Amino acid sequence: MKQQPYRLPTGGRIERNRPISFVYDGRPYDGFIGDTLASALLANGVRLVGRSFKYHRPRGVMTAGSNEPNAIVQLETGAYAEPNTRATQVELYDGLTAASQNCWPSVGFDFGAWTSHFSDLFPAGFYYKTFMWPRSAWMRYEYFIRRMAGLGSSPRVPDPDRYEKMHTHCDVLVVGSGPAGLSAALAAGRAGARVILVDEQNEVGGSLLEETIAIGNDPAMSWANKVREELIALPETRVLLRSTAYGYYDHNLVMISQRVSDHLGLSERSTDIPRQILWKVRAKEVVLATGAHERPLIFPDNDRPGVMLASAARSYVNRYAVKPGSSAIFFTNNDSAYKAALDMHAAGMRVSGIIDVRSDISGSWAQSVRDAGIPIFENQVVVATHGKSGLKGVSVMKLNPSGDGVDGVTQRVHGDVLCMSGGWSPVVHLFSQSRGKLNFDVAKNCFVPGTPVQASITVGACNGSFLLSDCLREGFLAGTEAAKNAGFEAIVPDLPDVQEPELTEERAVWETPNRLPSGRGGKRFIDFQNDVTSRDVELAAREGYLSVEHLKRYTTLGMGTDQGKLSNVNGLAVFSRCTGHDIPALGVTTFRPPYTPVTFGVIGGRDVDHLFDPVRKTPMHEWHVSSGALFEDVGQWKRPHYYPQDGEDMAAAVKRECEAVGSTVGIADASTLGKLDLRGPDVKKLLNWVYTNAWNKLETDRCRYGLMLGENGMVFDDGVTTKLSDEHYLMSTTSGGAGHVHQWLEEWLQCEWLDMKVWVTNITTQYAVAQISGPRARDLLAELTSDIDVSPQAFPFMSMRCGTVAGISARVFRISFSGELSYEINVPANKGMALWRALMSCGQKYNITPYGTESMHVLRAEKGFIIVGEETDGTVTPMDLGMDWIVSKAKKNFLGKRSLSRSDIIKSDRKQLVGLLTDNPDYVLGVGAQIVSQINESPPMPMEGHVTSSYYGPRVGRSIAMALLSGGLKRQGETVTVWDRGNIVRAKVSSPVFYDRDGDRMNA
Amino acid sequence: MFQIDCPFCGPRWQVEFVCGGEAHIERPINPDMLSDDEWADYVFMRTNSKGMHYERWCHIHGCRQWFNAARDTVSDKIHATYRMGEKPPELSS
Ligand SMILES: [Zn+2]
Repeated sequence: MKQQPYRLPTGGRIERNRPISFVYDGRPYDGFIGDTLASALLANGVRLVGRSFKYHRPRGVMTAGSNEPNAIVQLETGAYAEPNTRATQVELYDGLTAASQNCWPSVGFDFGAWTSHFSDLFPAGFYYKTFMWPRSAWMRYEYFIRRMAGLGSSPRVPDPDRYEKMHTHCDVLVVGSGPAGLSAALAAGRAGARVILVDEQNEVGGSLLEETIAIGNDPAMSWANKVREELIALPETRVLLRSTAYGYYDHNLVMISQRVSDHLGLSERSTDIPRQILWKVRAKEVVLATGAHERPLIFPDNDRPGVMLASAARSYVNRYAVKPGSSAIFFTNNDSAYKAALDMHAAGMRVSGIIDVRSDISGSWAQSVRDAGIPIFENQVVVATHGKSGLKGVSVMKLNPSGDGVDGVTQRVHGDVLCMSGGWSPVVHLFSQSRGKLNFDVAKNCFVPGTPVQASITVGACNGSFLLSDCLREGFLAGTEAAKNAGFEAIVPDLPDVQEPELTEERAVWETPNRLPSGRGGKRFIDFQNDVTSRDVELAAREGYLSVEHLKRYTTLGMGTDQGKLSNVNGLAVFSRCTGHDIPALGVTTFRPPYTPVTFGVIGGRDVDHLFDPVRKTPMHEWHVSSGALFEDVGQWKRPHYYPQDGEDMAAAVKRECEAVGSTVGIADASTLGKLDLRGPDVKKLLNWVYTNAWNKLETDRCRYGLMLGENGMVFDDGVTTKLSDEHYLMSTTSGGAGHVHQWLEEWLQCEWLDMKVWVTNITTQYAVAQISGPRARDLLAELTSDIDVSPQAFPFMSMRCGTVAGISARVFRISFSGELSYEINVPANKGMALWRALMSCGQKYNITPYGTESMHVLRAEKGFIIVGEETDGTVTPMDLGMDWIVSKAKKNFLGKRSLSRSDIIKSDRKQLVGLLTDNPDYVLGVGAQIVSQINESPPMPMEGHVTSSYYGPRVGRSIAMALLSGGLKRQGETVTVWDRGNIVRAKVSSPVFYDRDGDRMNA
Repeated sequence: MFQIDCPFCGPRWQVEFVCGGEAHIERPINPDMLSDDEWADYVFMRTNSKGMHYERWCHIHGCRQWFNAARDTVSDKIHATYRMGEKPPELSS
């Protein structure tokens, strides 16, 4: 065990019998269970923990919590690496490894420090002004800026940890387990309400963790632990520690990130326990007891390592038994620094004095300080800090009579820690996220919650109540009220006795007066994390910025993990001075979730890898796999893309597959095609409404193709519908379109045509479909059925027959998407594989060839069949597709009809579907290639259309393409110019039907 | 993330629903009699109320029923849900 030079011999909440070791920036150190990484570093005398964002100034630990701007570290390495963690919130565990960020190439020697000497290079808006023009310069600088900006580095390998999600409801959710939160949870819990108490730290207590005042007859933490024990013993109450309520959403939904095993050493973590859990809590009532953050003061070089918040210094002494330095100086505008000074004095630290901007300081806090022999420098301010990489002392001066400048001589005060307090800002983040408006409390110099918008109550320091007794009282009242609102009978618990001195008034001072104007002398930081100084805010005001939202983006004030925690009110105060508008008039920037960073791991939870999205497989999937098919994702479906043989590439496989379909017979798995079962007396009426063509004369067992339009007249689905009986139809939709079409039909049936009697059932996955296609398809089918007459007269094109195929009861549809003689055989899903195997074995003599989606697309393109989503994109009407024939003139009404006569739809220069035949028959155009009316040296060029589908067509022996071309229907025979990925290609406009124009083959 | 009270199933998370936009828009009986502007008003134009707004929701991952909801667009409080064909309740935000 090495010496920890700044560790106090007694006290604190660390477990001295559990020493542990850790590595920081490659060096070994020791600490205790109960430490944070920050407290352990301070105990070891490590004062330099990082370099600042823009100027790369040396920085030390400034806070003891989530508001830490400087001690941002990269935790662990490899798969466990986590960037941007705050050392003040990282619980120390044995073997922890961390490295400081933001200090390339090293924290000691810092290349970026030169920017400090050229700070005029980095004023507010620097990035915008310098790097937006010329663009190319940004590319050059970016590399260096990103390296210097030190955002840590994300792991390059998959996350080995497991994450979970929990959904739960409760009556009362209490956020924060300080005195206010504990008492609220207790009051609500005693009433029998289901209570969840959540706190980001490893123990309950909040501010009590460093409190020295007693509650009743107990030390503060004894009281807190008694309350915790009582809560845990209640059957309906849950206490979530190491859990950050980071987002407050609609209808009282609060998101909580629980760090279940982050505090354990990597070797102690078990795969049985998730690393983190994301809680989604829906609460009837929310009590916000989120506390307050102390504010820094703004003075020259207020970022020197050794400068920290007074409350943080107190926390290190009382909670972690760590001296943040050897001798402390305080600089304050309120009483809370006095508390800290007394505690540090009691712990045996030298306290050089309290510099207080107030004069005539009285009250019991000041009295106690004087009694302890600590000098108070009344009506004085710090005008400079001294020391190179760490603080050595400060210079102070008296304020002038009007308080806006300094007078007299400077006086030097020595010390290596400067504890500052500029007052307190309630942590209103969650309240603000819940859409509550904030009010500026002039007496307390802070924003406090206004009227809540959701069912919530704010209590304690979050409410601007900074006395312990007020926190307890408000907590009891709020917990009682919340329980009552949630329907429970509740009584307010008795308030324990608390003896605490009254607070004297704070003096509203933000940026302390100084000898020099803000542009000269040391930098005065407002936002330490983003290196925003008071001069930057002044510059923004001079340049005319008036909105705080613009100020934030222009200066980067309050960005990063800070999110306004440390900098918000101070920034506003300086902006207010510069613009002459008072703070309430300026308002605050929006507080957005998350309150502190949340890991992507916990947001993803188990919805990763193969659980990210369901995979749908057809009943014949395993056959495709064992036959060497390569698959294509179509929506969630896995479909065979093509079946390569003997080292074929895709082009060769597709050519072979298409030729087989054209010459003998091919077989494809069409199970994914959407299938909707429509029943009821009004199905025909519904079909007439949703399709453009007429359905009255369709006979039983006959099929008809239809186009479905939105009310805007644009095509959104197509498919074949078959009449099974007068009140029973089967509608097919595009693959993956069944859900959408089902939803569309239901919406109309439920919302508009309530009297129409139709029942729609999605039976897509109930049936397996084998599609056999090619001149020998009939011969193959005939061999496998004895009860279906397959002769062309008995079973014509566009009809359906029920019967037995390969001994399986089937519906056989004679429809064609390939342009060849074709049957789609539907059997119950669990018989799909049997059917497929029977067809394959019986088809052997015809050299039956399985084909995939690529060949399907080639075959249909040769035939000029559209695919919704390729030839259409939501802006294409049936007329644009040259499909006027399918739009009934006789029907008075159908969905989308009126839109087809709108002025824009009947324009003659609309993009219309054409075929394109390239002059070079071997050149296959790229899909998306632009048809241009004029060739320029480089884009842009005037565009008049684009290629929607393009293939080499084996059955027609040349390349073919479909395109949408302005006025295309009247441009047959014209030659157009296509700009295709840099190539200029000439092509002739043709009919989009390239193969078997008269349909003899599919009608055969 | 809202909590929506399905008139058929009770309160459920918003992820189970889809929103179908403004409610109580009736399809014109005789579209042929409408001018382009009048038809476009039905197809494209929707009110964007600040305050009480009546809209359609479908419990798509539940009972698959459509229903109407009265939601205050400022607070996102849902004041009422009711079945298709029922008259909207009288509400003020
Ligand atoms: Zn429902």
